[in-house]
Amino acid sequence: MAKVLEMVGITKVFPGVIANEDVHFDVEQGEIHALLGENGAGKTTLMNVLYGLYAPDGGELRWQGKPVHIGNPNVAIRLGIGMVHQHFMLVPPMTVAENIVLGAEPSKGGLLDMAAAKKRVRELSEQFGLKVDPEAKIQNISVGMQQRVEILKALYRGAGLLILDEPTAVLTPQEVTELIAIMRRLVEEGRSVIFITHKLKEVLRIADRVTVIRRGRVIDTLYTKDATEDGLAEKMVGRKVSLRVEKDEARVGDVILRVRDLTAANNRHLPALRGCSLEVRRGEIYGLAGVDGNGQSELIEVLTGLRPATGGEAMMNGKSLLGLNPRAIFARGVGHIPEDRQRRGLVLNFTVGENLILGSHHRQPFSVRGLLQGGAIDRRAEDMIQRYDIRTPGTKTLARSLSGGNQQKVIAAREMERDPDLLIAAQPTRGLDVGAIEFLHRRLVEARDRGKAVLLISLELDEILSLSDRIGVIYEGRVVAEVPGHEATEEQLGLWMSGGSTGRRGEAQG
Amino acid sequence: MSIFSLTVIASLLISSIRSATPLVLAALGGIFSERSGVVNIALEGIMLIGAFTAVMISYSSGSAWLGVLAAMAAGVAIAWLHGVVSIKYRADQVVSGTAINILAVGLTEFLLAKFFGQAGQTPNVTPATLPTWLPLHGFTQQVTAFAWIAAVLVVLTHVVLFHTPLGLRIRAVGEHPRAADTVGINVFHMRYLGVLLSGALAGLGGAALSVGLLNSFTDNMTAGRGFIALAAVIFGKWSPFGALAASLLFGFADALQTQAQIIGLKVPSEFLLMSPYILTMLALAGVVGRSTPPAASGTPYEKGER
Ligand SMILES: Nc1ncnc2c1ncn2[C@@H]1O[C@H](COP(=O)(O)OP(=O)(O)O)[C@@H](O)[C@H]1O
Ligand SMILES: [Mg+2]
Repeated sequence: MAKVLEMVGITKVFPGVIANEDVHFDVEQGEIHALLGENGAGKTTLMNVLYGLYAPDGGELRWQGKPVHIGNPNVAIRLGIGMVHQHFMLVPPMTVAENIVLGAEPSKGGLLDMAAAKKRVRELSEQFGLKVDPEAKIQNISVGMQQRVEILKALYRGAGLLILDEPTAVLTPQEVTELIAIMRRLVEEGRSVIFITHKLKEVLRIADRVTVIRRGRVIDTLYTKDATEDGLAEKMVGRKVSLRVEKDEARVGDVILRVRDLTAANNRHLPALRGCSLEVRRGEIYGLAGVDGNGQSELIEVLTGLRPATGGEAMMNGKSLLGLNPRAIFARGVGHIPEDRQRRGLVLNFTVGENLILGSHHRQPFSVRGLLQGGAIDRRAEDMIQRYDIRTPGTKTLARSLSGGNQQKVIAAREMERDPDLLIAAQPTRGLDVGAIEFLHRRLVEARDRGKAVLLISLELDEILSLSDRIGVIYEGRVVAEVPGHEATEEQLGLWMSGGSTGRRGEAQG
Repeated sequence: MSIFSLTVIASLLISSIRSATPLVLAALGGIFSERSGVVNIALEGIMLIGAFTAVMISYSSGSAWLGVLAAMAAGVAIAWLHGVVSIKYRADQVVSGTAINILAVGLTEFLLAKFFGQAGQTPNVTPATLPTWLPLHGFTQQVTAFAWIAAVLVVLTHVVLFHTPLGLRIRAVGEHPRAADTVGINVFHMRYLGVLLSGALAGLGGAALSVGLLNSFTDNMTAGRGFIALAAVIFGKWSPFGALAASLLFGFADALQTQAQIIGLKVPSEFLLMSPYILTMLALAGVVGRSTPPAASGTPYEKGER
C-alpha cells in the first residue's frame, strides 16, 4: 500500500530532555497505526512535530513521497492532516458549530454565515455517524461529545490523516466501542488514522500496525496480528512486567465504612447522590465501578468533608463522618488519593518535601511552636522518596516539575504513610504508565493485607476487576448492583453501568 | 424646582450622554483588547495622551478633526508599546499598563509646557463639530459629534465581534489561544490587532474629552475616566451594548452629582459619586449577574508551551 506519511530520523530536544531521537515512523493509506508508549515516551511531541506545532531539531517529513516542511498548523491542515489533541483544543463558551469552523469560517458579504456552518456540521455529522448538537456550547456537553466535535473539526478541514492523541483516556467502555467504529469507517473510506495510546489491549483490538516508542526512541514497528500483550508490554516498558495483580484471598473483618441512603447535590444544585448505600470492611478492596458523572465525585467529596450531604448517613467505625471538616475526618483515619491530583492532591508550587508532609505539617516534629522544621521535613521526605521510589532530583524540587506518575506517588506516599483505616483511592492510576500502575496497585493490596479498608473508585473496568474483592456499580447516584470480585465480568458490569437490569441488588444489599 | 420637570430631565439626559461619551469610546477599546486576551489598564494613559494630541494638532493645524485623527494615531502608537511589552516580551500586563499611565501624566505635562510655553492648561482651540445643515443640529451641539460616533462604533463593534470571522477569531484567541493556534490562527496578530484597536478607541475617547466636551487640555484631565471605562467593560460583561449601558449609568451618576444642587437632591454628592463603583463591585461579586472575563485575558501566550 502507498505510504501517505513518512517521518525520517526525527529528533526533537527540549531543554534537558531528548523527547524524540532519530524517530522513523510511517503511515500507509487506509490503516490504523497505533503509537504505543508510556507517559513521557515522546508520542505527543512527535505528533506536534508532524502537525507543525514544534520545529524538529533534525530529520525530514515526507508527504505522499515528497519532502515537505511543516512550519505551522496551517501547512498541516492544507496537506490534510487533522489532529485531536490529548487535551481538547475547544473554546468552552463557544458553540459546537463555531468551534468546528473556527479559522475556516464560511462567510457571506464579510459576515459570518452561521447558518451555512450549522448545515455543514449536520451533514458531516450524518455522514460519519458523529452525533453532535451544533448549537450547544462546549462547556455544557460531555467529554465524549467534545471528542466528536474535535474529530468533526478535523474532517471539516478535509483531513485524510487523522491523529488521535490518547482518545480513549476520557471515554467509557461504550464510548470506546463507538470510537472504534468511527475509526473503522474512516479507514474504510481510504483515510488513515494514527492512534496514540499507552493501553495494550486497545492496540490489539483496534490497530493494524503498531510502533512502540520508549524514551523518545522507536523500539519496534510490527503488525498487530504478530503482537501479543506481554510482548508489547515488554517493548514499551523495557523489562518484563506483570500485568496481573498478585494477591491472596482477602481476610475480611468488621465493617469500617457504612454508607446508608446518602443523598447530596452536585455543583449545579441537582441531586447527584440519590440514596447511595455501601459498606467497606477491614481487609478488603471495594471497587466502585461506574460511568463518569454518576455521583462518584460527589460521594468522595461527602466522605472527605468537601461537600455537605443532604440526607442519609456515613459512619466510620460507628461514628458519623457527616458535618466534619476534612481535617477532622482525616484525624478519624481516612486517607484520600483524590481523582484530580494536580488540583486536589498537590500544591504544585510547593516542593516535593512540603507536599509529602502536607496535612501533618502542623504536628511535631515538622512544626514546633508554629515554625516549620526544615531539617525534620527533609529527613522524612528523603525516607519516603526512597521507600516509594519517587523519581525526583531532590526534596526541594517543585511538585509541578515531576511527571504524572511521580506526582501520584507523592500523594500515595503521603496518604499511606499516615496508615489510615480507610483509604479512598479515586482513579489512582489515571494517566500513569505501566510501571507506576504496577507499583500503586501493589501498595493498595498491601494496605488491604494489613487489615485496612480500601474504597477504590475507578472508571477503568480493568483496574476494578483486577484489584477488587467486591465490586459495586454506581448508576445515577445509587449503588445498583454488587458482586464478589472473582464472579464479575466486564460485560455484566458494563450493562449495569449503563443502567441495564439491576440484578443482584436484593441479594447484595438486602 | 421639581425633579420631574421636563427641562430637568432633558438636561440630565444630555449631561449623562456627554459624560458617557468618552467612557463608551475607551470601553470599546477595552473590549477589543480584553477579548483578544490582553488586559489594557493603560486606557487611562492613552486617553490622556489622545486628549493632549488632539488639542496640540488642532491648535497647530487649525483643524479639530485632524487633531482627532492624530489622537487616534497617538493612541495606536502607545498601545503598540503596550502590545510589544505584553505580547512579544510577555511582561506583566498590569505593570506595563501602569507604567504607561504614569508616563502619560508626565509626558503630557512636559509637552504642554514645551509646546505652549505655559503650565497647567493649553490655550483654547475650536472644538470638533459637525456641519450645521445636518439634522438634529441643536441636540448634536449639546451632546457633541462624538456621541454619534460612539453610537455608531458600539453597533460596529458588536457586528465585528459577534458576526464576522475576524470577531470569532479575536474571541477565540482571548478564550483559548492554543486552540486558536492549532487551527492556524495567528495568536500574536490577533492580539496586536485587539491592542492597537484599543489604542485608537481610547485615543478617540481622549479627543472626545478635550476637543469635544471642552476646548482645551488641562493636566491630568482624564482624572480616572480610563479606569471607569475599564469598569464599564467589566460591568457590561465585555459586550459593546453592555459597556454602553454601563457608561450611560456612570454618566448618569456623574450628571446627578453635578446637577444635584439644581435639582435640590438631598443626597450628599459623595454618595452619588460612589454609586458607579459600588455597582461595579456588586457586578464583580456576581450580584447583578455573573460576569466571566475572557479566560485567557491577562495571560501571555507562548508557542510550544505545554
Ligand atoms: N513543551 C515542552 N517543554 C519541555 N519539555 C517537554 C515539552 N513537551 C514535552 N516535554 C518532555 O518531553 C518528553 C516527552 O513528552 P510527551 O511527548 O508529552 O510524551 P507522551 O505524549 O508520550 O506522554 C517528556 O519528558 C516531557 O516532559
Ligand atoms: Mg501525550
